[in-house]
Amino acid sequence: MKRFMAVVLVLVCVFLFAAQSASAQGKLEIFSWWAGDEGPALQALIDRYSTLYPTIGVVNSTVTGGSGVNARAVLKTRMLGGDPPDSFQVHAGQELIGTWVVAKRMEDLAPLFKSEGWTAKFPAGLVALLSSKGGIWSVPVNIHRSNVLWYLPAKLKEWGVTAPKTWDEFLSTCAALRAKGLQSPLVVGESWTYQHLWESVALGVLGPDDWSALWSGKLKFNDPKAVKVWETFGKVLSYANADASGLSWQQATDRLVKGDAAFNIMGDWAAGYMVTTLKLKPNADFGWAASPGTAGVFMMLSDSFGIPLGVKNHDAAVKWIKLLASKEGQDIFNPLKGSIAARLDSDMTKYNAYSQSAAKDWQSGKIVGSLVHGAVAPESFNSQFGTVMDIFLNGMNAKAAANAAQAIADQVGLGK
Amino acid sequence: MRGRTRGRARASQPWPTYPVLAAATCFFLLPVYMMLVTALKQPIDINLDTAWSLPASLNWSSFSQALAAFLPKLRNSFVLAISATAISALLGSLNGYVLSKWAFPGSRALFAFMLFGMFIPYQAILIPLFGFIKAIGLYGSIWGLVLVHVVYGLPITTLIFRNYYAEIPDSLVESTQIDGAGFFGIYRWVVFPLSMPAFVVVVIWQFTQIWNEFLFAVSLSNPGSQPITVALAQLSGGEAVKWNLPMAGALLAALPTLLVYVLFGKYFIRGLLAGSVKG
Amino acid sequence: MKRATWKSGIGGFLVLLPSLALLAVFVYWFIAKTVYSSLTDWGRDPAQALALKPVLRFIGLDNYRELFTGLIDGRFRQDMVSTLFFTFFFILGCLSLGLVLAILVDRKPRGEGLFRSIFLFPFSLSFVVTGTIWRWLLQPKGGINRLPTLVGLPPGDFAWLTSRQQVWRFDWSLLPLFFALLLALLFAFLALSALRAGRRRGAGIAAVSALLLGLWALGPGRSLKLLDFPELHGFNLAFIGILVAAIWQMAGYTMALYLAGLRGIPEELREAALVDGATEWQIHTRIILPLLAPVTLSAMIILGHISLKIFDLVFAMAGPDNGSTDVPALLMFITTFRGNQFAKGAAIGVILLVLVAVIILPYLRSQLRREELS
Repeated sequence: MKRFMAVVLVLVCVFLFAAQSASAQGKLEIFSWWAGDEGPALQALIDRYSTLYPTIGVVNSTVTGGSGVNARAVLKTRMLGGDPPDSFQVHAGQELIGTWVVAKRMEDLAPLFKSEGWTAKFPAGLVALLSSKGGIWSVPVNIHRSNVLWYLPAKLKEWGVTAPKTWDEFLSTCAALRAKGLQSPLVVGESWTYQHLWESVALGVLGPDDWSALWSGKLKFNDPKAVKVWETFGKVLSYANADASGLSWQQATDRLVKGDAAFNIMGDWAAGYMVTTLKLKPNADFGWAASPGTAGVFMMLSDSFGIPLGVKNHDAAVKWIKLLASKEGQDIFNPLKGSIAARLDSDMTKYNAYSQSAAKDWQSGKIVGSLVHGAVAPESFNSQFGTVMDIFLNGMNAKAAANAAQAIADQVGLGK
Repeated sequence: MRGRTRGRARASQPWPTYPVLAAATCFFLLPVYMMLVTALKQPIDINLDTAWSLPASLNWSSFSQALAAFLPKLRNSFVLAISATAISALLGSLNGYVLSKWAFPGSRALFAFMLFGMFIPYQAILIPLFGFIKAIGLYGSIWGLVLVHVVYGLPITTLIFRNYYAEIPDSLVESTQIDGAGFFGIYRWVVFPLSMPAFVVVVIWQFTQIWNEFLFAVSLSNPGSQPITVALAQLSGGEAVKWNLPMAGALLAALPTLLVYVLFGKYFIRGLLAGSVKG
Repeated sequence: MKRATWKSGIGGFLVLLPSLALLAVFVYWFIAKTVYSSLTDWGRDPAQALALKPVLRFIGLDNYRELFTGLIDGRFRQDMVSTLFFTFFFILGCLSLGLVLAILVDRKPRGEGLFRSIFLFPFSLSFVVTGTIWRWLLQPKGGINRLPTLVGLPPGDFAWLTSRQQVWRFDWSLLPLFFALLLALLFAFLALSALRAGRRRGAGIAAVSALLLGLWALGPGRSLKLLDFPELHGFNLAFIGILVAAIWQMAGYTMALYLAGLRGIPEELREAALVDGATEWQIHTRIILPLLAPVTLSAMIILGHISLKIFDLVFAMAGPDNGSTDVPALLMFITTFRGNQFAKGAAIGVILLVLVAVIILPYLRSQLRREELS
């Protein structure tokens, strides 16, 4: 009997111990995948928010994992579980629209855009990507470019080659480099970086109009033009490193910097990494160009924040959105993150040489959306695109991959 | 059962014995060495080339960092494991008592009905479970996880107690009955006091299982109620992982169950060997 | 066993009732719901998938058909093949290592208790912890691959978890053929043993079944085309890393099971055999192993059902995006929580359940029947 009471006592203690719950004055919960190297930028924004609104306690919920793959799964369970965060990071475009907006889970921010006059402050092409069925669904914090080719000017000079302007030039340059003894002129990393490379190849082979046609359903994936993308991709991969699967994108960039590779296709967060972590200087130490065949086209991705329906701290969330869309907020965040502001009126003196060049391209170039980073295709397509990539990598069969991609597009109802 | 005489002298082993045992020991302890060594290195020093070398200086900050990150999750795990273990052990004891001492027509079928729940892959019920927990408002709460672990722990705890109580002689129960004790009386005065070994096995097993569980933890918790297994998985799933932190985290996450195993393992093994947990 | 009076029988039932009710809901009702979900189209249309009140349409076995023969679900099919290979090697590895260690420890060497603790401690760890440690160890450029350098040999260059190599490839359409042949062999074996036991009719039925299956396999079975195109599947070498970690974790438990079994073997048997002039090897293979058969069976069942639903270990070791180490349980998680395809995820869950049930149910039945007889 004594033991019985002891057990009950333990239970009571545990219950009391666990029952202490914090009840803050005002609260705001932000959900993102910005941890590690990208954490400081978000923290700077949060600090600014806390200075502006000292009575609101900010809870910074992050889920680590490259490009948000894990965060999206966690977000899913929370949204489904009826416990949405007050605001969450999501890639602007179809990742949000095709998943949450069509399911009627997000608050329409169009009235806010109107009252704050934001529509004029962002490029029209961007606002178009954010919109669906008359509503605007998230506020873009930053802009990253996907189709960038990175190289070290000094090493290229040493090898006697220049940055290729088309994919055919790329292939012949790589062949030349291999003849000189550089076994893997192109460095790639783990799975999603393959897809990232693919979309640059696709953009280069198809051109911006056909690229957009894929996503509106006008061009089929097994159209001969699209099949050619896979064939080129296969040839490009033949110059890539064999141990790619084990490398994170930072490790791939490390290889480039060490001189074990000549080229790397990666988004411009690589610039942030090279400047902040590796302490290199843009133009002096590392160079960039648009991915072969994509000059004048800006393939964008954007991290944005929206407000789910039914959040607990609606006012606090709206204040957060307003800070994010403001010039001040964007210029606090982006220099630290290594991206450029989505706003057209940001203060360019705060940005490094790479960002300034990117901002010029942003304002003058043709804007298309990235596939891998959620702008042009919904999650249901993206999460299965990995399978298509696997099918291709296992057999290097362009037709099979193209058919698989079309099958997924059909199942998902792409472009409808 | 213990009819074997320990006739073989300790010293005279066939020659492969010690080398094989030594090799096996290396295999089993290798990861522990690596874990300790990596956790104690400075992040700068952690690179693949020098993975096996000892740390230049002992960097205890990995542990303090991991602890700081993990402390709320550790609390969650403790609350979860202790509550769910206690409740499922109690219920299992009562169930085992009924099934072994008060069998009625159909009780064996009911036992099979309960037992099957132990083997199902949890993926087969994950989605409805999720919907149910959300519908009763326990999503994101540690008590939702407690409920889940209690329910899915019932089959194994019932099994262990039933097998254990079957060993209690019926004559003991009957003599107590003659003295006038009823259902609960027999439990309180005869069965429960004898249950200590079974409780030990059940508590160790359940605590370990619940502490280590991942699927329910990752699906049913929110950042506030996350147990430690989820936090650990996220620590090492990140981008440029600085491996000293996940290694320190893994050590911290493993510590409670390791301690339970070290302190009470003797009873656990005895229970295992006595056939209580052979499934 | 104490037989209850009517009143205390009711009392007993009432005590069991809460547990029965909870399990009826959490196990059986949920399984039923999952089966139902798998027969709908939940998740195909993004607008419906995550809506607050999704409208579901019944589509019968379409999800299953797609999983087994649809173009884009090749990943699932490879996962099934991977799981079969993984289960086979996992059980083989645990049983072998566990048996060897049990036999050695049972000889009571010096430090027996210490050895036993060392071999058993991984069992107390979470799969996530194990996965984390081994992930670090199996990095292609470090850890295990660096071990040979400590003794002056060149480093290993196996890519472990990131390997894309695949061996023993076969076309998916051949799978029914393999199974039919396997079943035919099984029936032939059963026929032989029934004949030996004198059961003519049973032997006849089994023999005829074997013949029919064999004929089908070699005839019509060969031209069966499950898919429109050949799809090769095989054993992904990336699983070797997972196998090492899994066996590291579970071999100690198998050893404990075998130790219990060995304790049950009377010493007199062994001594009698020695007197008759048997060698150690013969004692082990002719006497001890057969007597350990029940333990082997128990262990196979437990290990088999763990390996069929393995999730945490693979998630922690290779993450959800490493195609070569994908397993059905992981695919189910991603399909549901990332791809929002709830119905298809449910179908994968049901298939897993069926696989496990096929092993567990006969075992449970035989165990309970054995109890009844004793």
